[in-house]
Amino acid sequence: MASLKTEIGSISLERPSMIASGIMDETGKSLVRVLESGAGAVVTKSIGLVPNPGHDNPCFMEVRGGYVNAMGLPNPGIELFKEEMDEAVPKGKVIGSIYGAGPDDFSKLAAKMEDYGACAVELNLSCPHAKGYGMEVGTDPEMVRSIVSAVKSSVSIPVWAKLTPNTHILTKIGLAVQEAGGDAIVAINTLKAMVISPEFARPIMSNKFCGLSGEAVKPVGVRAIYDLRSAVDIPLIGVGGISDWRDAAEYIMAGACAFQIGSAVGTKGLEVFSQINDGLSSFMDEYGYDSIKSMVGVAHE
Amino acid sequence: MSDVVTIKQVIQEAYDTKTFVFDWDADVKPGQFIMIWIPGTDEIPMSVSGITAKTKSVTVKAIGDATKRLHEFKEGDKLSIRGPFGNGFDLSNKNVLIIGGGVGTAAIMPVVVQTGADTIIAARSDKDLIMLDTAKKYAANMWIATDDGSAGFHGNAVQLMKEKIALKSYDHIIACGPEVMLYFTYKACEELDQDCQLSLERYMKCGAGVCGCCVMDDKRICKDGPVFTKSQISQLTEFGVSRRDACGRVVKFR
Repeated sequence: MASLKTEIGSISLERPSMIASGIMDETGKSLVRVLESGAGAVVTKSIGLVPNPGHDNPCFMEVRGGYVNAMGLPNPGIELFKEEMDEAVPKGKVIGSIYGAGPDDFSKLAAKMEDYGACAVELNLSCPHAKGYGMEVGTDPEMVRSIVSAVKSSVSIPVWAKLTPNTHILTKIGLAVQEAGGDAIVAINTLKAMVISPEFARPIMSNKFCGLSGEAVKPVGVRAIYDLRSAVDIPLIGVGGISDWRDAAEYIMAGACAFQIGSAVGTKGLEVFSQINDGLSSFMDEYGYDSIKSMVGVAHE
Repeated sequence: MSDVVTIKQVIQEAYDTKTFVFDWDADVKPGQFIMIWIPGTDEIPMSVSGITAKTKSVTVKAIGDATKRLHEFKEGDKLSIRGPFGNGFDLSNKNVLIIGGGVGTAAIMPVVVQTGADTIIAARSDKDLIMLDTAKKYAANMWIATDDGSAGFHGNAVQLMKEKIALKSYDHIIACGPEVMLYFTYKACEELDQDCQLSLERYMKCGAGVCGCCVMDDKRICKDGPVFTKSQISQLTEFGVSRRDACGRVVKFR
């Protein structure tokens, strides 16, 4: 069997699959369950400085091709999140996802995550439904540069930036991450979306706006990774609509050295991790790829 | 995907509780739930309290903004729902004793209808008892328990359960009700080596097993549950002890 081992800069993973931020990752015990399901690493819910209940319900629904959500970054706040990290960190690699309004917030949060034992931090520069956060700070290359650079100077663990597809300057933002010393780019977050009920003549989400995830967004994500691979040299992590090994292979061939799974946990269950690991390994055997590295970016050649 | 359904009938079950019967031909198992959107207010999980091929119902106690608003809905009004969600009860064995406590009675009523098994309906007081007519019609035996003794057995559901299982052996207890009732039901089952399936509840957002907000330990109430077996419950350290709020903070029950 081909080895699924992969390197994201200095971080080495036995398997290239991770849980995407926001999915079954708000508590220590959930994170452990995902690690035990075959994920190579887990990414936490995005954590902020203070507890946040998120947006009111409805904040989620099924749509053709995926889900929309406007969770609004619910989280218990960085202080209380220590308990969850204490439970998860001894069981595997945990990447701490954090969100803030600017460089200071991100630096404080990243330092805490490092103290808690995170092996990397993932900066949420891409949530499309939280006012003042996420893509509102992540679509300005100068802001991204200053956030990444501030976090880099406050922690020694790798700093990943999760970017939004809701922009026409994705590669400029990617370059800003690289120039500020960012260690990897994660792409994509959800596509900004809306669902209206014809019967009730109003948007269904309490927040009106939401983010689309799931199979429908995969081609957008693959394109984003392909574009980024052409523009930057730092490692890329693909996310968006991956539900089987073929989807994962697409992202790797576009340029990702690892990938994250989110919505498919809802549609396929946690078994999706072992299914993708097995499928990818068989494919690599059949087509003569002896490592993930040998497959990264081959679609560019 | 959400479905828009039309309310066919509204039944007043108690002074603060109504059943809404609506046209919906989805395949639903006893113990499953739906998410109901009340435009402008909230979206809330509700156990399915009645199942026929063409219709389903929910039974709602007016306790919060959303449920109070839902109580204003009339026959002919439209509801937007998602689901069904969750695993439902395992009814492969019909020799069961069913227990419904308070508005939790709604969740077990489809089991009563489908199995015709012995049933205990419990509430604080006679005015809080619901769905007695349906239970009477389908259950082999129906017993009532009220905390204040205003109807039936004077005491709680667990005390009456203990009396009943001393007289007849059941393969399973099937129960839904307030967590304190379920906790002591579980404790009694442990003590008496009695198997059980309990339908549990937690604050929910997605309903679909994605967001992880409704977890009890590492189990998602919405997807891995809401019905859990005795052996699963024995692994849940948070059952009867704590819940999590909308932020994901631990809130102790006592």
